[in-house]
Amino acid sequence: MQNDNLVEIEQLAFGYGARPILKNINLTAKRGQVVAIMGSSGCGKTTLLRLIGGQLKPGQGVVRVAGEAVGELDQAGLYRLRRKMGMLFQFGALFTDMSVFDNVAFQLREHTDLPEDAIRDLVLMKLHAVGLRGAAQLMPAELSGGMARRVALARAIALDPMLVLYDEPFAGLDPISLGVTGNLIRRLTDTLGLTSIVVTHDIHESLKIVDYIYFISDGVIVAEGTADEMSASGLPFVHQFVHGEADGPVPFHYPAPPYADDLRLGGQGA
Amino acid sequence: MLKQAIEKLGNRTIQGVWRMGFAMRFFVTILLHSGTAFRRFGLTTRELYFSGVLSLIIILVSGLFVGMVLGLQGYETLQTYGAEESLGILVALSLVRELGPVVAALLFASRAGSAITAEIGLMKATEQLSAMEMMAIDPVARVVAPRFWAGVISMPLLAALFSAMGIFGGYLVGVKLIGVDEGAFWSQMQNAVDFERDILNGVIKSVVFGVAITAIALFEGYDAPPTAEGVSGATTRTVVTSSLVVLALDFVLTAFMFRGIG
Repeated sequence: MQNDNLVEIEQLAFGYGARPILKNINLTAKRGQVVAIMGSSGCGKTTLLRLIGGQLKPGQGVVRVAGEAVGELDQAGLYRLRRKMGMLFQFGALFTDMSVFDNVAFQLREHTDLPEDAIRDLVLMKLHAVGLRGAAQLMPAELSGGMARRVALARAIALDPMLVLYDEPFAGLDPISLGVTGNLIRRLTDTLGLTSIVVTHDIHESLKIVDYIYFISDGVIVAEGTADEMSASGLPFVHQFVHGEADGPVPFHYPAPPYADDLRLGGQGA
Repeated sequence: MLKQAIEKLGNRTIQGVWRMGFAMRFFVTILLHSGTAFRRFGLTTRELYFSGVLSLIIILVSGLFVGMVLGLQGYETLQTYGAEESLGILVALSLVRELGPVVAALLFASRAGSAITAEIGLMKATEQLSAMEMMAIDPVARVVAPRFWAGVISMPLLAALFSAMGIFGGYLVGVKLIGVDEGAFWSQMQNAVDFERDILNGVIKSVVFGVAITAIALFEGYDAPPTAEGVSGATTRTVVTSSLVVLALDFVLTAFMFRGIG
């Protein structure tokens, strides 16, 4: 059944042991969109990505990708689905014992019977798309952080997936690489007809390229809307996040006993 | 106080049993996913180079020195009984039965086992294994199983080379340096060493050690917490655990193989 939503998440809850990470998440990503999932560090964004990729199974609720409930697939089913997914890891996760070329060619060699000539052409096309055709013979250790991220992006789209997941694609990049990566995500999504889900806390870069944003705090979605709606939003959490204020709905202090008690000031204060 | 100590002890015991269970399950998973390691033997050949060929130097040099020491010490002892011509037997049997498999295994654990753990642990810490999973490629089949079989294949070969070098070292010291009769050295050795009882049993030992060391190294790497301390701790545990396991297994195997045999 073909419908507009490539990814649908309904009433999803997940926790590690007794510690709940996500509670009641509802989220959809339409085909062809770039969707951002935002929130402060450690709020469960990456966990959500792993649930979509099937590396974790939901505690409650359902995650559907292209109509299939990811958590209920067996390994063969999951692997079949993952061939149509690409994932960009936080620091690229390139295979350090292989050259850039071999990294991008990896999936083509593992999953297809294409002759080496055809693989070479495909790999050079993917590398050209991220501007690194000339770096094909370098090893990952010789790349800058931004270049490694772009190689990983070329690798993620090697099999022309329908869905690409990005885990913090902007983390630790200089402003130029940041802009390059952001533009690539937008352009590849449009030209290849992908759907992109970007987990990030880089609000300014994201507002430029995404279609729809979800804000997560304390395991629930606290706000959602288009980039313009979010920029103009008066919601306290979104305002704090967009403007980078230290204190607000997300407190500066980690929960602690009263300061005066901790300093053993006795009856004097608190 | 006492209650807490008992609780802690019990907790650690339970954790240990859990871990052993995980390790056994991991071992079975490796065996079940070994198809790729043989279908695409190129993957295994590459690992044979890293754990086998690169271990050659340490194995050959150690074998030579162990054999030379055996030659010296053996001659000293045998001389007091006027049996110095049996030096060949002493050197060959102690190497083929015990020292070859055991010392080669200890060296293999510290040379190749630690490298395997560190490599797999870092691949995990840098999310390379996760990335592979997300590409619908099973890391156990693609990364772990070829390393396992490479270790199992190279261990007996390394042990054999160790013994050969050791016998050569014993020959150098005993015959060339001290002057034991060359004919007696070789012919007594040939008469006393039995293929099935001595050589084959030594090979069986080294195969068992190869399985144990590589499986422990791979499990520790795969199970390592994805941090710097995690990987370093796992590497240490690989060397310590596999050395102890090798020595314990050696006792058990020897007890079965040589019980009651003169």
